[in-house]
Amino acid sequence: MNNSIALKSILNKEVQRFLRIWVQTLVPPAITISLYFVIFGSLIGSRIGEMGGFDYMSFIVPGLIMMSVITNSYSNVASSFFSAKWQRNVEEMLVAPVPNWVIVAGYVGGGMARGMLVGLIVTIVSLFFVDIQIHNVWIIIATVSLTSATFALGGLINAIFAGSFDDISIIPTFVLTPLTYLGGVFYSISLLPEFWQGVSQINPIVYMVNAFRYGFLGISDVNITVAFAVIGVFIVTLFTIAMTLISKGIGLRS
Amino acid sequence: MTQALKTNAVNTDASPTYALEITALAKTYKGGFQALKGIDLTVKQGDFFALLGPNGAGKSTTIGVITSLVNKSQGQVKVYGYDIDTDLEKAKSFIGLVPQEFNFNQFEPLTNILVNQAGYYGVPKKIALERAEKYLKQLELWDKRNAPARELSGGMKRRLMIARALMHEPQMLILDEPTAGVDIEIRRGMWDFLRDLNNQGITIILTTHYLEEAETLCRNIGIIDGGKIVENTSMKGLLAQLDGETFVLDLSPTQHQISLEGISYRVLDDHTLEVDLQKSQSLNSVFVQLSEQGINVLSMRNKSNRLEALFVNLISNNESKKEAS
Repeated sequence: MNNSIALKSILNKEVQRFLRIWVQTLVPPAITISLYFVIFGSLIGSRIGEMGGFDYMSFIVPGLIMMSVITNSYSNVASSFFSAKWQRNVEEMLVAPVPNWVIVAGYVGGGMARGMLVGLIVTIVSLFFVDIQIHNVWIIIATVSLTSATFALGGLINAIFAGSFDDISIIPTFVLTPLTYLGGVFYSISLLPEFWQGVSQINPIVYMVNAFRYGFLGISDVNITVAFAVIGVFIVTLFTIAMTLISKGIGLRS
Repeated sequence: MTQALKTNAVNTDASPTYALEITALAKTYKGGFQALKGIDLTVKQGDFFALLGPNGAGKSTTIGVITSLVNKSQGQVKVYGYDIDTDLEKAKSFIGLVPQEFNFNQFEPLTNILVNQAGYYGVPKKIALERAEKYLKQLELWDKRNAPARELSGGMKRRLMIARALMHEPQMLILDEPTAGVDIEIRRGMWDFLRDLNNQGITIILTTHYLEEAETLCRNIGIIDGGKIVENTSMKGLLAQLDGETFVLDLSPTQHQISLEGISYRVLDDHTLEVDLQKSQSLNSVFVQLSEQGINVLSMRNKSNRLEALFVNLISNNESKKEAS
């Protein structure tokens, strides 16, 4: 059995899916982020002044890109895998000799592709508002890849447990959005009282946003090595959970 | 030869003559419903096998376990000698499944559905495209190759699922009510197609509620009821169990009083006669006696499908046993 062909098939299917419905998948993030730039960057940001040694608009750009990557990686896999369950075409893979890791890798790869493509679109949109500087391109690439993989895995686990379409919007609404807004996208956590700085340390998105911002601006509220270690732990943990769930057939086999 | 095909080597160390061996298979669902109560079943390689039973008998659960869509509670399943507990991926590579419910992405074009499915079995895209063309043409879906699946009629969707199941050229094809809701012309076309596949050496396992379909196509038969196999024999052997048959004869209109000596019969009207024949009796004597009375037989048919009569008997006997116990 040639696993690379199976992996490529799932990846192709996933990429073709979100490209086929590009009006739903690629355009809305560009519009939303443009509004963020106009409101928080141009209108309010000009009154805020500098943050972390940079003007406010430059400061929030990495966080806004990362916010789009997180949201889109997650929702792509959550909606696609749940839809495959709902239409039962997930059975096409389950009856075939596709190893479970290939199913996980294929869906996660699809989520990463959408997350990173949306991230690229948002980056291009941001060029209309601000000059982007790059401190370390490798850190940017590593952070965006690992973060999108983390949230694609999260979306997959959500879809495995989901019993209805409502179930795939609960986590993004009640968990992801608050964590993202409190994850240092719009502010430096050093501005928070000491207690809330401590609380922020348990929010994984703080590490992702700061590592990403470090790649662009060379500034971070957290240690970069620690940030990558945290992301690594999340990926290994979520991958193990996803593999276990699929192996046991939770939500997939009766 | 593709890598996908190379993997389809029969495990000759195990049970070379059987495509499928099921031993003491049991399945109890979460709510406590016992769908399978320890069934034993074998299907020989190259067979055309009917798995029949009333609704809820356990047919789809059995198929689900064989294809790994349902987790079994107990028992053993071997596909071409490969145990699904120890060699699941190997076993899967032998099976092509045509499920009862439509289970493809309704928004994807037909060619994509087929090529992706082949990809899951490791078939390279170039070969997959050739096979997609071959099967879409054979199943008269080629004109719709770029249309999204939701635009197909019910019969077309059934044929699409057959094409999809064949994309990795499996040794065993399992069809769960493949002709449900399909008109008679298309159904007969599908029968011819399945016969051709079987003649090429592909083992076919078929579940259907059209007993004429099972009688016409299948050589061997398993009847399942209440999670147990109540009959597993050859079609000929099963039909031989019939004590008698009832025929309906269409006659040329006659004013004569019909009289048949030694034969049970009923005159329904002036051109229709119903005749009950025991195993020991011959149709020839009916024809001879009618001919002597100047009556012509224009056509003749079984009152009910022979298999249907047996099936109803077997199921009602099983019900009686259950009530008695």
